[in-house]
Amino acid sequence: MARKMYRDAVRDTIFEEMKRDPNVVVLGEDVVGGMGTAGGPEAIGGIWSTSGGFYEAFGPDRVIDTPISESAIVGAAGGLALSGKRPIAELMFADFIGVSLDQIWNQIAKFRYMFGGKTKCPAIIRCIYGAGYNAAAQHSQSPHAILTGMPGLKVVMPSTPADVAGLMRQAIREDDPVIFMEHKALYGMKGEVHDDPDYTIPFGHARLTRAGQDVTILATGMMVGMAEGAADKLAADGIGADVIDLRTTSPLDEEAILDSVEVTGRLVIVDEAPPRCSLATDLAAIVANKAFASLKAPIEMVTAPHTPIPFARELESAYLPNPDKIEAAVRKALAYN
Amino acid sequence: MQLSREDLLEAYRRMKIIRDFEDFLHDEIAKGEIAGFTHLYAGQEAVAVGVCEHLTDDDKIVSTHRGHGHCLAKGCDVEGMMKEIWGSREGLCKGKGGSMHIADIDKGMLGANGIVGAGAPIAVGAAIAAKIDGKDENGNLKVSIAFSGDGACNQGTTFEAMNMAVVTKAPAIFVFENNHYSEHTGFEYAVGTDKDIASRAEAFGMKVWRADGTDFSAVHDTMREVLEYVRAGNGPAAVEFDTERFYGHFEGDPQRYRAKGELDRIRAERDCIKKFRETVTEAKLLEGEELDKIDAEVASRIEKAVESARKAERPTAEDVLVDVYIDY
Ligand SMILES: Cc1ncc(C[n+]2csc(CCOP(=O)(O)OP(=O)(O)O)c2C)c(N)n1
Ligand SMILES: [Mg+2]
Repeated sequence: MARKMYRDAVRDTIFEEMKRDPNVVVLGEDVVGGMGTAGGPEAIGGIWSTSGGFYEAFGPDRVIDTPISESAIVGAAGGLALSGKRPIAELMFADFIGVSLDQIWNQIAKFRYMFGGKTKCPAIIRCIYGAGYNAAAQHSQSPHAILTGMPGLKVVMPSTPADVAGLMRQAIREDDPVIFMEHKALYGMKGEVHDDPDYTIPFGHARLTRAGQDVTILATGMMVGMAEGAADKLAADGIGADVIDLRTTSPLDEEAILDSVEVTGRLVIVDEAPPRCSLATDLAAIVANKAFASLKAPIEMVTAPHTPIPFARELESAYLPNPDKIEAAVRKALAYN
Repeated sequence: MQLSREDLLEAYRRMKIIRDFEDFLHDEIAKGEIAGFTHLYAGQEAVAVGVCEHLTDDDKIVSTHRGHGHCLAKGCDVEGMMKEIWGSREGLCKGKGGSMHIADIDKGMLGANGIVGAGAPIAVGAAIAAKIDGKDENGNLKVSIAFSGDGACNQGTTFEAMNMAVVTKAPAIFVFENNHYSEHTGFEYAVGTDKDIASRAEAFGMKVWRADGTDFSAVHDTMREVLEYVRAGNGPAAVEFDTERFYGHFEGDPQRYRAKGELDRIRAERDCIKKFRETVTEAKLLEGEELDKIDAEVASRIEKAVESARKAERPTAEDVLVDVYIDY
């Protein structure tokens, strides 16, 4: 095990996989940085410092610094993937899927199905997402729900450095297109990461991060830490919570969710995105449909409101879920009878 | 330079407002007072002012992530902007937008924009509206201007907008501010058309101009021609201004991509405000003292704006839910 940051787990895992497999290719804006400048390549090494040293190690054919052209970046990832390569495209901010949406939605996600299973499309689209930086309405969003809703895509939302490593390696070795959602506010988070160069975490396996009998809390990404914060506070009052980190929203570990709810009978879903047609409503529908008899209280959802993301510090923190809101939702579910 | 004394003084004042606004912000951001991402416009003032001095509130502009200069040149309220950047509820956008989303529709300022390349199509829409509204009594159309960077010119949306403007003969003007960098990438790497952006617009069938964006009179004179052409109903046009950005891409950028001494050199040789001052005083169009007076007046105005932004009312949690829709 090695202790490292979430961002370094991204970088190191991709780097190791590029060494292992010459078909792995990286592309995106400023993934090299400094191209065409006096400072020269790698003056920056990626705006999020997740591709430092790549260019030097693997050269311009495999580490492609692109112009600002998200449609072409994602579309090219699709074409690379149809041609035997394993592209990892970076969308500097997940919000920019707006620019590249056709290539994700109508192209990459559907190739295999439309072509009658004749092809695979091992493309990864890294999306740096989430609020917490006061970056306002176009640089803070969590668009996992629309992507999870697209048949053909796998959607990964790691919450720890260890999971970044295991899930990124899995994503690179997967033959289906993967949306890899990295929460920008977690980049500095430190944790133990496996050294095993073949350590992978299979998709569709949730992780139980806290165990308890009274309530189930579902979360992804930055919401996991908040759910744990609430669970730890509740534990001090003798209330036990299962905190389940979904890890991947497609495929979804339904079994882990339903097994837990069958024991606790109470469910709180935490989601950083707005509440309509969301991951939260999707999970609620699944549980209501498949574990109705186990439920002892209405399902509670702690989400962002149905608004764009506001800029001001006070507004963004009011917008976001937090441990207090999660604790209140748990207490509400427990008070119901 | 064919400007009256009053116009010259006003142009200098506007450029100075932008410069001081950004210099103050640079310091305040370093102190950690301001949240979010801020991209400063310092160095490019002659472009925003040289373009917008020709416009009225009925002419539209669409700006970029580096929008403060365009906003100030188009007449957005200095205090209202400062308060917005501070996230106050008294800000121009009530603290909802911040630096990257400042807008003032009444002034014809249709928004800064956090999405690179998003502005040009919006500007074309506004230009089509101006075409529908028709010419005024002097035979002139209102116009709509898309400010874009050398990075934004690589975005498909910009290409689509240019072609659509040509096809619809909309009175749109594509102003490309080539400051040689998109974030950390040099334009010579990212722009494939042989170090030239205007030729792209030309290829779409537009008349194009090129000028030194650090020379206020070159910008102003060029824009007079461009506007005459577009207002007369000849369809869209494009201009490429060669300019410089004095700070990092965003505040906190270590700028390792720059050449040694580059910032000192561009500040010494390519400072549009310094050059303006030298030109007008040497030509005896204006006195150094009257410019000094403007300097002092602007500095205190910006200082006051910062003070008022610091003290301005903060938004509350209830404000989050307001203005998503008109009626709920
Ligand atoms: C669609 C989109 N892609 C990428 C970005 C990130 N980004 C913000 S500014 C910028 C560079 C823009 O360069 P340019 O157009 O030259 O404008 P300048 O910053 O030089 O004013 C990039 C890549 C963005 N905001 N939107
Ligand atoms: Mg630029």
